[in-house]
Amino acid sequence: MSKVATMKDAVADLVRDGDTVAIEGFTHLICFAAGHEIIRQKKRDLTLCRMTPDVIYDQMIGAGVAKKLVFSWLGNPGVGSLHAIRRRVENADPAPLEIEEYSHFGMVCRYVAGASNLPFFPIRSYYESDIPKVNPRIVPITSPYDGTEVYVVPPLNPDVAIVHAQRADVNGNAQIWGLLGCQKEAAFAAKRVVVVCEEVVDESVVRADPNRTVIPGLIVDAVVEEPFGCHPSYAQGYYDRDNRFYMDWEARSKDPEPLAAWLKEWVFGLESHRDYVEKMGAEHWDSLRPGEAPSGQVNYGEYA
Amino acid sequence: VTGGAGGNGESGAGGNGLGWSKSEMMIVASARQLAGGGVCFVGIGLPNIVCNLAKRTVAPQLDLVYESGVFGASPKRLPLSIGDPTLVSGSTAVCSMFELFAFYLQAGLVDVGFLGAAQIDRFGNINTTVIGDYAKPKVRLPGSGGACEIAINAKRVFVIMRQGRRSFVEKLDFRTSPGHSGDPERDRRRGWWGSGPTVVVTDLAEYRFDEATGEMTLARLHPGVSPDEVRENMAWEPKVAADLAETPPPTDEELRLIREELDPQGVRS
Repeated sequence: MSKVATMKDAVADLVRDGDTVAIEGFTHLICFAAGHEIIRQKKRDLTLCRMTPDVIYDQMIGAGVAKKLVFSWLGNPGVGSLHAIRRRVENADPAPLEIEEYSHFGMVCRYVAGASNLPFFPIRSYYESDIPKVNPRIVPITSPYDGTEVYVVPPLNPDVAIVHAQRADVNGNAQIWGLLGCQKEAAFAAKRVVVVCEEVVDESVVRADPNRTVIPGLIVDAVVEEPFGCHPSYAQGYYDRDNRFYMDWEARSKDPEPLAAWLKEWVFGLESHRDYVEKMGAEHWDSLRPGEAPSGQVNYGEYA
Repeated sequence: VTGGAGGNGESGAGGNGLGWSKSEMMIVASARQLAGGGVCFVGIGLPNIVCNLAKRTVAPQLDLVYESGVFGASPKRLPLSIGDPTLVSGSTAVCSMFELFAFYLQAGLVDVGFLGAAQIDRFGNINTTVIGDYAKPKVRLPGSGGACEIAINAKRVFVIMRQGRRSFVEKLDFRTSPGHSGDPERDRRRGWWGSGPTVVVTDLAEYRFDEATGEMTLARLHPGVSPDEVRENMAWEPKVAADLAETPPPTDEELRLIREELDPQGVRS
C-alpha cells in the first residue's frame, strides 16, 4: 500500500506536541521543508535532537516549537553562530531552553544503541573532559574483559525521525548517496519515520540497485515527495548547498526582529514548500544545479 | 589581498609590511607540519585551508579524512563546510559517521588531527564549549563536535588558532578536549592514542611541548614578531626553547595557492 502523503498530512499525523524529534542529515540532506511545516503547524514543547542543530533548528527554536535541544555541535558551519538558540541558552530570551550535550561520536552511538535495542553504547572518548561533568548521562564504566575504562552513552529513541533521501518508492524504500551522516541509525532508532525525497521512483529503480537502499520501507510510516526540500542544505547530484543563504543567516538571526520577519515571509506566509520553491524562483534553482558526474555501473548479475 | 589576522581583535590587525598577513603565515606554518603525508583528520575553517595547501605542496600523498564521512577527499573547490558536496565527488570512500569515528578514528588509523580552540592552556587543554559559567554562559560556543574524540584518538594533534590574552589563558572556563596533564609519565599510562597536542601554530609563533613537563614551549617566532609581542598575547610566562628560531617566511608559491586557489574569498582573514 502506498505511504505517499503530503508534508502537511505527514507532519499533522506523525509529529505531536511534546515529541522527541530528530531531523538528521549531516550538512547534506537536512530536511528544511519538514522543519518549516512543523513551524507552520505551531507544534510545541518538542525535544529536538540533531548532531548539528544547523540553521534549521535555529529557525525552529526561534519560532518557539522546542523546549529542549539534544546536540553535539552548535554552530552555523563555516560561518559562525546560531543566534536564536544562543539567545535562549545565554539569556533565556524569550524563554529558557534545556540542553543536553554530547560529542559527535557520542551522539552517533546514542542512535546506534537506540537502533540496536541496547541499554548503552561504549566509546573511547570523554576521558578527562568536562563534558560528563555537565551531562551526567555520560558515565565511565570498566570493561569486564580487560579492565579498560570506557565511557557509555544512553540510547536515543526519537518519537519521530524525519530523513531526506534522493529517491524512494511508494513503500518508503529510500536510497541515498553522498554523505550518509547518521540518518540510517536515527531512522532505525525512531518509533515513527517520515521519508522525504526529491523524487518518488518506481520500485524497479530501487530493486535495480539495492546496495544504495539506506532505509527500508519496513520502518517507514510516510513518504513525502518534496523537490528542493533540503534548501539551503543540499541533495548530492540534485542541487548545491546554498552557502550564500548560510552566510546571510548570520544577520537574519542576530536579532529577533529580522528572524521573525523571515519566518513570516518564508514560512507562515506560505502554504507549502511548493510555494517556497516558486517564490525562490527558477533562476535561483538554476544557479544551484551541479554539473554531471554519474557513477559507473556495477553488474549485480542475473541468477534465474 | 585582504591582510589581517585580527579575527578576535586581539593580536593586531594585519599589515606587517612583510608582504603577507599573519593569517597567511599561520596557514603556511601549519601546512608545513604535515610534510611526509599520512592520514589527516580535517576540521572546519582554517584547518581546511591548511590541509588543502599541504596536499598541494609538502604532502601530495596526504589522505584527507572529514568527519562527515569522507576518506581520501580530493576537493575541487575550498569547501565552506566540512559537509560540502565537493568532498564527496571524486573521493576514495564515503562512509557513515559511525564507521568514520569507530573504524577510522577510534581504531587508530588517523595520524594527525587538527583542532581549533577558543581557549587553550599551557598544557594544551582546549575549550570550545563556553566562555563563563556552563549553566549561564557569557558566550555559548559550538561545543565538542568531534574535537574530544580527535584529541583522544588521533596519533598526533596539531592546534591552529589566533593568539591573545583571552585565548591563551591561565585557566580554562571549560575543558572540552583533554591535552597534557603536566605529568608526561602519567599521560603515557592513560592508554589512549592522543597524549596532548604536539604542535600549536598561531598567527605569531609556533610552540612544541616539553617532553619532561608537557608544557607548551615557544619554538619559533614568525618573521617580524618579537618575544615581547608573544608574551603580551598570552596569560602566562612561556617557556622558550633553547634553539628558538624564526619561521621561514611563506614562499611565493604558497601565497599564490592560498590567494588564488584555496581562499580567493578571504575566509582566512
